[in-house]
Amino acid sequence: MTKTDIINEHTKKVNLIFEDCNCWDIIDKVLSMPPDAVLSDINASGLKGRGGAGFPTGLKWKSAKEQPSNERFVICNADEGEPGTFKDRQILHERAHKVFTGMTLCAHTIGNVSKGYLYLRAEYNDLLERLQKDLDEFNEGLKARNFPFTINIISGSGAYVCGEETALLDSMEGKRGEPRNKPPFPTVSGFKGKPTVINNVETLVYCTMIMLIGPEEFLKLGTKDSRGAKVFCISGDADVKGIYELELGMKVDEFVELFGDGDTKAVQVGGSSGHCVPRKKFSETFLGFEGVPTGGSMMLFNSSRSMYHVLHNYLEFFQEESCGLCTPCRIGCQQLLRGIEAVKRGEKPSTYLDELIAMARTMRIASKCGLGQSVPNPFISIVENFREEIIY
Amino acid sequence: MPQIEELVRNIVSKTGADRENLLPILQEVTRHERYLSEEALTQIAKAMDISCAEVYGVASFYTFLDTVPRGQNIIRICKTISCYMAGKDKIVRAIEKKLRIKLGETTPDNRFTFLATNCIGWCHKGPAMLINDKVYTELTAEKAVAALEEYL
Repeated sequence: MTKTDIINEHTKKVNLIFEDCNCWDIIDKVLSMPPDAVLSDINASGLKGRGGAGFPTGLKWKSAKEQPSNERFVICNADEGEPGTFKDRQILHERAHKVFTGMTLCAHTIGNVSKGYLYLRAEYNDLLERLQKDLDEFNEGLKARNFPFTINIISGSGAYVCGEETALLDSMEGKRGEPRNKPPFPTVSGFKGKPTVINNVETLVYCTMIMLIGPEEFLKLGTKDSRGAKVFCISGDADVKGIYELELGMKVDEFVELFGDGDTKAVQVGGSSGHCVPRKKFSETFLGFEGVPTGGSMMLFNSSRSMYHVLHNYLEFFQEESCGLCTPCRIGCQQLLRGIEAVKRGEKPSTYLDELIAMARTMRIASKCGLGQSVPNPFISIVENFREEIIY
Repeated sequence: MPQIEELVRNIVSKTGADRENLLPILQEVTRHERYLSEEALTQIAKAMDISCAEVYGVASFYTFLDTVPRGQNIIRICKTISCYMAGKDKIVRAIEKKLRIKLGETTPDNRFTFLATNCIGWCHKGPAMLINDKVYTELTAEKAVAALEEYL
């Protein structure tokens, strides 16, 4: 069997995201179900958020539902800015209906929702025209069913941090996209202070599919802590690049075997804010919540790459994209970047890297949002595993 | 500049002056003017009855809302890791040579501004760039130059 055959075997096993299906059948079925029954199906499936953080979707919906309010909101987070991630774009391009359907199911479940929003990053503006057309049709369909819910598209303007849910809310309210303090969580006080569910594009499609195939089928896929499948985005030094839906729980060595170019020395799992897995740990690392969690980004590096340059590129990215609100992130990103440059130039001793690691650990504890808290992931995993490449 | 005042008035009358419409208003003005001038920001503040500092604070936060003059077409080449590994530097040099400007600059005829940007979501098909909203992927020096020709 060739590599392509094996990959095909894997993808044939799960085809939930990109498979065409009649969304109106699903909507009609779900709208006739009591909201609690839908919630219990989503809960039973064990689905966790596919944007990267992995919060249990059912729990999120339940929390918004239980918050007393006469108005709630459903938001689809399509601000896919994580380097190495490009699945949401493809899903919206091919299967936007399934995303809108997921939002509708959520609206029905949590109740008192008349408006939903899809926050689309500015870099994907070329999708806008077609998406709006699809959406107009969809909204018409909902109207015809007398379901009082409409979805609107809101455009971002180029800010990575707006993928952080509370920054996204502020951006939607016409403000700088700066993260809010949590708690209160968006399910308690979200858009305009109302209980709000914010789900990733892929998560919403899985909700649609769980309501089609039933939670039992979904549970058959994946592992105990990582139920179901996941869309992976493969880039870098890979023989096979692109978007593949795979069952969760694969080990990194199996993955590299399938997609790598035979010379893979490291895999960055989860984008620039994720973890770098070196070759020696491929066989012991799971792709899933019990191993390295991922929003889908898999960047492969072969032995021709300098991990110094990789880390440098990540840190430049974070330095620019940090919103600047909290000091640990704003100053931390700058100092980590300057620090590795100084070590490289020989102006600081190699032991300075340990001080930088200590500072990175402080950023993890002290930063306000996921951006600053996750900069230590790539920093520590690259510096610890490729120390000599950073120094020399 | 009365044109700007009129443009802002028209846009605000369409969207409404609620605070949550600030971003769509800024986006729309940018679409027309290519950037947000001091005059435009002042007019928006006036039309929405909020402070200029508030409007400037929001405008300057977002990469795609420029507060310095830009050309008619904005080229944004991705500089993040996958595109970097796929050889974006070569593309940058080819575009610089073709337009006779450096990255970050605008051509004297005001036709192009050439910028670098963070990940645009085409990591599997790098190097990639945007010209305005349109995406160009798997670039070579020749393909990049040919893309520019569409706007000349």
